Formats: sequence, C-alpha cells, structure tokens
Amino acid sequence: MSADIPESMPHGTETSPAVQQQPAESGARRAVSRRDFLKKTGLLAAGILTPAVALEVIFGLKGAGAAQAEGLATAAKTTPHWQFLVDTNKCVGCGFCVKACKLENEIPYTLNASRTWVERHVITKDGESHVDSPHAGQYGFTEPEIDLGEGKTLAIAPEDISKAFFVPKLCNQCNHPPCVQVCPVGATYKSPDGVVLVDRKWCIGCGYCVNACPYGARFFHPKYHTAEKCTFCEHRISKGLKPACVQACAFGARQIGDQNDPADPVAEVVATRRVEVLKAEFGTDPQCFYLGMDAEVR
Amino acid sequence: MRGWLRRNHWWRPLAVVLVVLALLLTFRSLYIPSDFGIHGSFTYNLYRANNLTEWQSVTVKYQGREFCGSCHDKNYKSIMAGPHSVIQCENCHGPGIGHPDTVKKLTPGNSQQLCWRCHVYLPYDGSGRSVLPGIEPGGPHAPLGEECYTCHNPHAPQLLPGAQTEEGGS
Amino acid sequence: MVHGEIWTIKELWVLPNEYIIWAIQIVMYPFMTGLVAGSFVLSSLYHVFGIKKLEGIARFALVFSFALLPGALIPLLLHLQHPERSINVMMTPHFTSAIAAFGIVFSCYFAIVAAEIWFLYRRHFIDHSRYLQSLGKDRTFGQRVLQLVHTILTLGSFETSEESMRKDHKAIKLLASAGIPVALFLHGYAGFIFGSVKANALWLTPLMPVIFIVSAVVSGISLCLLSYIIVSEVRSRRGRRRLGKGKLKGAAPSVDISVIKMTSKFLLIFLATAVSLELLDLVFRGYTALNSWRILKDALYVRDFRNIFILQYGLGAFVPLVMLLLPRLTLRRTVVATLLVLWGVLMMRYNVVIGGQSFSQTFAGYMHYKLPVIPYDVERLKEGLVGALIVFSFPMLLFYIYSKVFPVFPRQPHSPD
Repeated sequence: MSADIPESMPHGTETSPAVQQQPAESGARRAVSRRDFLKKTGLLAAGILTPAVALEVIFGLKGAGAAQAEGLATAAKTTPHWQFLVDTNKCVGCGFCVKACKLENEIPYTLNASRTWVERHVITKDGESHVDSPHAGQYGFTEPEIDLGEGKTLAIAPEDISKAFFVPKLCNQCNHPPCVQVCPVGATYKSPDGVVLVDRKWCIGCGYCVNACPYGARFFHPKYHTAEKCTFCEHRISKGLKPACVQACAFGARQIGDQNDPADPVAEVVATRRVEVLKAEFGTDPQCFYLGMDAEVR
Repeated sequence: MRGWLRRNHWWRPLAVVLVVLALLLTFRSLYIPSDFGIHGSFTYNLYRANNLTEWQSVTVKYQGREFCGSCHDKNYKSIMAGPHSVIQCENCHGPGIGHPDTVKKLTPGNSQQLCWRCHVYLPYDGSGRSVLPGIEPGGPHAPLGEECYTCHNPHAPQLLPGAQTEEGGS
Repeated sequence: MVHGEIWTIKELWVLPNEYIIWAIQIVMYPFMTGLVAGSFVLSSLYHVFGIKKLEGIARFALVFSFALLPGALIPLLLHLQHPERSINVMMTPHFTSAIAAFGIVFSCYFAIVAAEIWFLYRRHFIDHSRYLQSLGKDRTFGQRVLQLVHTILTLGSFETSEESMRKDHKAIKLLASAGIPVALFLHGYAGFIFGSVKANALWLTPLMPVIFIVSAVVSGISLCLLSYIIVSEVRSRRGRRRLGKGKLKGAAPSVDISVIKMTSKFLLIFLATAVSLELLDLVFRGYTALNSWRILKDALYVRDFRNIFILQYGLGAFVPLVMLLLPRLTLRRTVVATLLVLWGVLMMRYNVVIGGQSFSQTFAGYMHYKLPVIPYDVERLKEGLVGALIVFSFPMLLFYIYSKVFPVFPRQPHSPD
C-alpha cells in the first residue's frame, strides 16, 4: 500500500539557486561597489526567497502539483475507494456493531464516546422527534423509554408513535473532509483508499478537527490523547476482511464496498439506487450512503 | 567592516532574527520524519506516509465464524442450521483473539442482556425490530433473573424439548 | 473519561461524541490576544501618529503588550492535549488550517515588538551597562548579573552618536507602524478560527474576525486606560510621599483628565461599533431563520439570556456606555467603566466560545458548561479556574520583571534610585 504513495518532487530546492543567480549576473555587468552589491543581493534574495520559497523550502511543501497528479493517477488505477452503505430499514438496534467496534479498535468499553453509534428515532403523531443513543447503543436498545440525558427518561405510548427506526452512524470518510482541512499540522489526512486517518504520533490535540466535523464523528482517545475516529477498520479492509461492525451486523444493515471495483455489489447499490447522505449542505461529499433515510435525521 | 558595523547597529535585531530562523530551520530538517510530505493534494494529503502502514498493522481481534467453525464443528453446524445463522459467534462469545492459546474459554455473558438486544419488543413498525419475535422483560414470558437458555438453546432457539409453553406467545 | 466530559452536562439529544472541548483556555486565548493587540495599537498611536498626550503611556503600553504576549501562548499550551508537540505547528504547518499560521504570525509579532523595545531601550542598556561597569570590583553579585544582562541586551553595539539615535527613532516608527497590521491580523485571525468552522451554526459568520478585532481594540484601550490611571495615581502618590507634604508642586503630575476624556471617546466609538456588529449578527440570524435558528433562538434568548443580555450587553456594554457618556467624567467613574468593559469583552469571548458549543449539531440537545473550580487533577487545573487565573496573572508577573530591565516611565538614565 505504501508503495503506491508517489515520491514527492522537491522542485522547491531547484528554485533557490536560480533565484540567487540572477542578481549575481546583473551585478557583474554593472559596475557596483562590492559592499553595495552584497547588501542589495542579500536584500533581493531575502525578498524573493521569503514569500516564494518559504512555502516550499522552509515549510517543506514539496512539489504539491506534480505529486498530486501522480497520486491521483495511481490511486484511480490500483487502490480501492471505500464506501459505506447503511440500510436503516434493516437495523434492529441490537448494538452488536458498536460492541464489536469498541473491542476491535481498543476503545475503552465504558468510555462515553464511540467511533460508531446507533440512534433511535421515534417520531410521534404530534410531529415531535424523540432521539437517543444511550451508551452509543453499545448495549442495544432494551428499554422503550427515550433517554433524555441527566438521568431523565421519556415514556411514549405505542399508539402515539407515527414512525420509529434505528440509524447507525459512523465517520462519513468525506471526500472533502473539513476535519482534515483544519488540522494545523498534517496529523489527519485522507489516505489513498479514501479513509480519513489520524496520526497518533503527530497530533497535537488542539481539537479543531473535533469541532470542525459536522457529524460528531471525532473525540479524544483517553489513552493516546489524540483525535480518534472511525477508520473503516483500515487494518481489516486492507487485509480483505470486513470492518468489525459490518461483520457483526446480523441483518446486513451495514455494508462496505469499493467504488473502484466494477464487480462490487455494494458500490453498485450506491451507484444505481436512490441513496442519501447526511448533511449534504456542508459540501463534505460524504462516502457513507443511506437507504431508508428520513428528513428528521440530522 | 568595523566601521560599517558601528554605523549600522540597527541591523542587529534582524541578525538575531535570522540566526534564530536558521537554528529553527536546522532543527526542522532534523525533526521532520523523511516520510512526511504531500502525498496528493496539500489540503487533504499532507501526512507521514508510514502512519498508513501503522494503521494497517493494527491487530485484528474479531476472527469471523469460519475461524470458530474450524475447531467447533458441532456448534458451528448447530447454529448455521437455524434462524440464528446470521449472528456471528463472536457477537455473543466475544472476540476470538488469543483463543485458545491465552484466552482459554470464550463464555458469553448474561443471556438475558444478549437476547434482549434483539428480542425486547419495541413498537417500531418501520424498523427491522418489528419482524423479530419480541418479549417484555420482566413479563410472564421472561421473568427477570431467569436465563433465557433454560428454555431456549441460543444456537437453535426453538423451545427445548420438555420446556413449558405458556400463553403460546413467541 | 473522554476529554471534555468533566465539564460537560448533556441534555436531550446530543451526539455521543459531542462535548465542550474548547473550554476556558480558549476563552482566555482571544481575550489575552485582544489585550496584546489593543495595547500595542495604543502605544503605536504615540510612536507613529505622534499623539503627544499619550507619551506617558506609550512605553508602558508597549512593554505591557510584550509582557501580555505569553498570555496568548500559555492558554493554547494548557489547552493542547500534547503541548510537547506544539512545535509541530511551526515544523509542518498545514496552511489550510486557520491555526497553522499561528506560530508564524505570533513569532513575527514577537520579533517586531522585541525589536521595537530594543530600539527604544538601547540607550538605556548602554548607559546602565556602563554605569554598572563603572562601579568596579565592589559590585555585588546581583549587579554583576545585571551588568551581564544589560551588556548582552546591547547586542554588542555601544553606538550612541546623535545620528544613531536618529536612526533608532526612525526604526521605532517603522516597527510601530508595521506592528499595527500584524497585531490586528494576529487577532482578526483568531476570529477567523471560529468564523470558518462550518459545522458550528453560531460561529459560522464572516463578521466574526471583524467583531473580534473591534472588541480587541475595545478591551486594549480599556486596559491601557485603566492601568494608566492606576499607575499614574500610584506614582503621583509615591512622589508626593517622597517630597514631603509641603512640596506638592514638584511632585509627579496626577492623571491628566483631558487624556482620559479623549481616550474614552475612542473607547465609546469602538464599543458602539462592537455592539452594533454583534447585534447585526443576531438580527440577521433571527430574520433569515435558517435551520439552525430553531436551536439558536432557544440557546441565545432562553438558556444563555443571563450571560449574553445581562452580563455581556447590559453590564459589559450598556452600563459603561452610559457612564462614559454622562457629563463631568470623573476618574473613579472611568475606572469602573473600563473594568466593566473588560468584563463585557471577557463575557463576549465566553459566550462565543462556550455558547457556540452549548448546543448539539443535532439541533435537538444542549450542553452545559461547568467551570472546574477546585483542581482535583491536572485536567481540572489546566482547564479550570486556576488555569485561567494563571494565564491572567502570569503577564502581570512578567511585566513586573520586565519593568526592572525596561523602565516604563522616563527617568534619569544614571539615577541610582
């Protein structure tokens, strides 16, 4: 996988000698005093180098354009582009997916945060929407009462319900991830297979990505103290396995597919059926697609 | 030269700044890992390339039912014959990592809590829950504290021979 | 416990991972940078525009601004989950992030202020170094250290000719004018950090950087006005005491009320602008009533009503506005008004930072912030009341130390008092 990452072209280093040469030539042609010339060269070099090369040499932004073109070409040919498909019609709210996710990805089981979660939406006949996700749904939904937080619950009579369903959620692995855009150090990124990952050795823990995610997919890992998020089980899908939540789902409510594989049945559903994404208005281009979505779900 | 320096003392703060900058850049060249760079677009693909390998080498914990079936042939066949064939062994037994070497036994937890995940009745017609047989916890069918497996075999959930049926419910 | 859980109370439908993760230190950060920018602008009013009446406060404001700079840095370090990696912001800046420029802008600003101070105090360093040298072998250890410090601070140049002094003045003027846009940028972009978060319905507005800059100037002017009054009063009292009760005429002059009146007029203009901009933002949100308004109206008008309309706009803007507008402005009234304005700006930062995170992205739930008061553990210490007080008091301590090396009021260069 790492062999597919193109070597970046250090064209920044080529620029600097050229820049320095120019004033040297013009300086030789004109008869200028040596001191004066040195001073001016220094100034000019500093003036030109600072804005232009500063970005490339000083901050190591090596050959963005060239690498980008190359990277896109190889990515399209060989690497997968993962997509997730959630069928809310099939979800029963058992929460085995959340349990599997937490154990598979070493998130402390009792932590009040999770890479994935299941929501219960109950819409009553008066048009009110009642939603909860106690413990991210990891113990399943075994109570008919809605959890209101602060230890309060709300009982809803069955005859008052106009519709009710479960919605599994996880990181949308957006094609335009706002969380990646706002990371100040390059510690979170879109990997070649489309999964957004966090570098636990580089993250400074500022929390900008956590606030920038419109889906609430991120939190801080209590052990590593770095931003934590769903990876589509990168360690499993890169070995040909299914993500832990997909494997744990007994009802096929969670599925994963490869957009770049023409024979992939899940990608085919995404491509040919009417699917929805969450919060499309943010322009994030989410890669989790939903069947049976409702306007009440945010 | 001495004279120039004397007369142009006002370059000195700039010299200090340049020295600090040079030190910073030297430090930087040693500090940044060689695999850190732009691997695609600057906006979305600025990262340390080895991190991808680090994520891919995380240990897999959930092994899948085929792994279980390779030893527990009888149990595997019993669950695959009934309606619970859709449920992965590890959902109830826990992840198979380390079994059987370090983790000797994979015992499922409290059966009521496991069964209730799917089988507590919830009046949600639009969801998959409505097509599953549902019970009321603490009701006559499922007294609290009573393990479900006293009457039902989780692998083949039809009533066990000899178990009493009450109202003929689920 | 997940980070943020300590001080977050959830109510109704809040997503499982949502917590208030930008807490009190992120309130302190824009507040402190605002003070930095504001006091620098005030000192530049004298150095660039030559407003003579501000001569007495100009050096004071500059050194104060320099001392406040760490106040902009420490909250971020206390907030970061990995402060030891903070250097990454300078090493691998990802410029699509508004935070990435912080290291560079901050360093630039630091260099500009430090250089300006150097030019301003160069003569003092040289004179003092020579004076301490002239004491010979009888110097105490402290004096030897001070001499070394002053000699290093001269950067090896003992040039004190008429021409070099003229050049110093030119350099000060240049740096003071270059510093204004950098100071404003340093602060305006703090507003950009918030205003550009599209996931947050309250923060997302292009007005945010403007509001932040204007309120920064408000807080900066207030702080300088306040400290100018306090320091001048203390000095004049001390002077009176030293000279004895009979010789009041030779004492240091008391506060010049005309300076106060003029500065408070500037303060009024900026305060009115700040409040108008913020109200404009509120009116627009209510009128356009986008999806998020259903939660915003409840968050702003019901849940945070006390914080926003009473503590921020009422006590922090309306009351001081009236106090400053009433005729026959007195010193005491000005002191109270500036304190209230500072309070109002702090509350504005609080209501933006905490208020923006006090409702869920589902628009159907709320989060309440509980400031950790007693530091049971490191997290409660760093991001609690104690941490905030450290951030606020550290610059004051630093200012005291700085004022030993950079005398903030003009005095006889050699007077060994």
